[in-house]
Amino acid sequence: MADLRTSIGKLELANPVMTASGTFGYGTEFADFVDLDRLGGVIVKGTTLYHREGNSYPRMAETPAGMLNAVGLQNKGVDYFCEHIYPTIKDYRTNMIVNVSGSAIEDYVATAERINALEAIPAIELNISCPNVKQGGMAFGVTAKGAEEVVRAVRQVYDKTLIVKLSPNVTDITEIARAAEAAGADSVSLINTLLGMAIDAERRRPLLSTVTGGMSGPAVKPIALRMVWQVAKAVKIPVVGLGGITNGTDAIEFMLAGASAIEVGTANFIDPAVTGKIIDEINAYLDRHGFASVRDIIGALEV
Amino acid sequence: MKKYILDLTVREALAVGKQFVLLRLTSENPLPEMLPGQFVEVRVDETPSVLLRRPISIHYYDKDANELGLLVQLIGNGTRWMATLRSGDVLNVVLPLGNGFTLPADKTVRPLLVGGGVGVAPLLYLGMRLKEMGVTPTFLLGSRTENELMQIAEFEKYGPVYITTENGAVGEQGYVTQHSVLAREQFGQVYTCGPKPMMVAVARWAKGAGVPCEVSLENKMACGVGACLCCVEDTKEGNVCVCKEGPVFSIDKLSWQI
Repeated sequence: MADLRTSIGKLELANPVMTASGTFGYGTEFADFVDLDRLGGVIVKGTTLYHREGNSYPRMAETPAGMLNAVGLQNKGVDYFCEHIYPTIKDYRTNMIVNVSGSAIEDYVATAERINALEAIPAIELNISCPNVKQGGMAFGVTAKGAEEVVRAVRQVYDKTLIVKLSPNVTDITEIARAAEAAGADSVSLINTLLGMAIDAERRRPLLSTVTGGMSGPAVKPIALRMVWQVAKAVKIPVVGLGGITNGTDAIEFMLAGASAIEVGTANFIDPAVTGKIIDEINAYLDRHGFASVRDIIGALEV
Repeated sequence: MKKYILDLTVREALAVGKQFVLLRLTSENPLPEMLPGQFVEVRVDETPSVLLRRPISIHYYDKDANELGLLVQLIGNGTRWMATLRSGDVLNVVLPLGNGFTLPADKTVRPLLVGGGVGVAPLLYLGMRLKEMGVTPTFLLGSRTENELMQIAEFEKYGPVYITTENGAVGEQGYVTQHSVLAREQFGQVYTCGPKPMMVAVARWAKGAGVPCEVSLENKMACGVGACLCCVEDTKEGNVCVCKEGPVFSIDKLSWQI
């Protein structure tokens, strides 16, 4: 049994496996399948200052080895989260991390401030990269200046671990990562979904109500891996890797590329118990290769 | 209800007409309790174009035989893969999912079960459960032609079956909402599953007749447990997940124009 503990800045994780926001609800939806307390962390559904209805149906289209979604940050707002959801998740021993989204800097700040007061939430993941929000979301994440502004503003009010989630829909993701680091982020996580599109040729109509949406699943893994590798070399803060991870080997690859921890997203839909298996598979890999600690493989890629 | 991920064994995969397959599934261990109207998510393997599980409604659950029946319409690569299964094959299934139909509290209520196309599937198990509790269901099943009518003899075990086909080959010609039984008899509860235009028409008829009506929806879904928020239906309480809050809804809750 290898030592699976890792960390994201001050945040200690029992192991590197976390769940990606928007794919695991508030964790409780998967409690019949996975012992949530075994996970390194659960990143709960994107939370905004106010209630959002999200986009119209249809919001999902399956694509080869992947899927597109256009959920559009449907959630009941941060007050509802604090009053009704937080009490149901606060006693889990895993790291419950809240993904924070917004459409204006003031909204991000106000939401982060509310979450900062919640004792059992040790970190937030700032979503500056959701491609579905017409105003805001995308704009902050696609320029270094926008990323720096929103991260700096949130940093002023948030004193726990601040992870910034990056969009892959940019010319140079390392530039955005460096901007987030300069603005005080403790970590960056990547990649969010890739902007994509699907068409029903028979009906000559788009498959999503929003025409375009965010692509995820195994098909995006090579792109995610490449970006994690580039960003890990560009910043000093820890990197959290995600994008198409479905098994332990995928997770190991992201860590070799430089990730200190990983997130599992779309794979939860295919096998709701997959996160537990990934923990076991990481451990088996470490034992097989004689590594005493999972930390030994972070950035251990030989090129 | 607790949900399970189970490897079930195919007892038999029966072709039903050209467009459907009936999967009879079992397990070494007793299958968990399942309610009529609930569904399962089937893992589809070995097809590169299929990533997500396929939601399939529970056609029947036979506790004594420890058997789960799925009636699958062959539509795309995922369902066509299911048609290649043979006796002894293993199928990975997440179940039971969703809420299920509300069984009547009053046993004197006469329920009408209206199905169209593959939407007839969950109505068999609902009919079985109604019959068990001493309520005789009336089935009204519709299809375009005689080729899409399935399992009629199975439905007849539990109650009278009325049929409409659009080409008039079997039963009365036309749509389910045009069947003469609706004018002839009184019903106290309607349950329906099928193509959305049919369910809307049934809901409109039920509302007009002042009869409570539940519909089972089949919005495209990914997770099946209320996490991804992809399969939402617009209701009077906003967007809700069909996989978790449904698939069965009272028509009073939906934002349908009826």
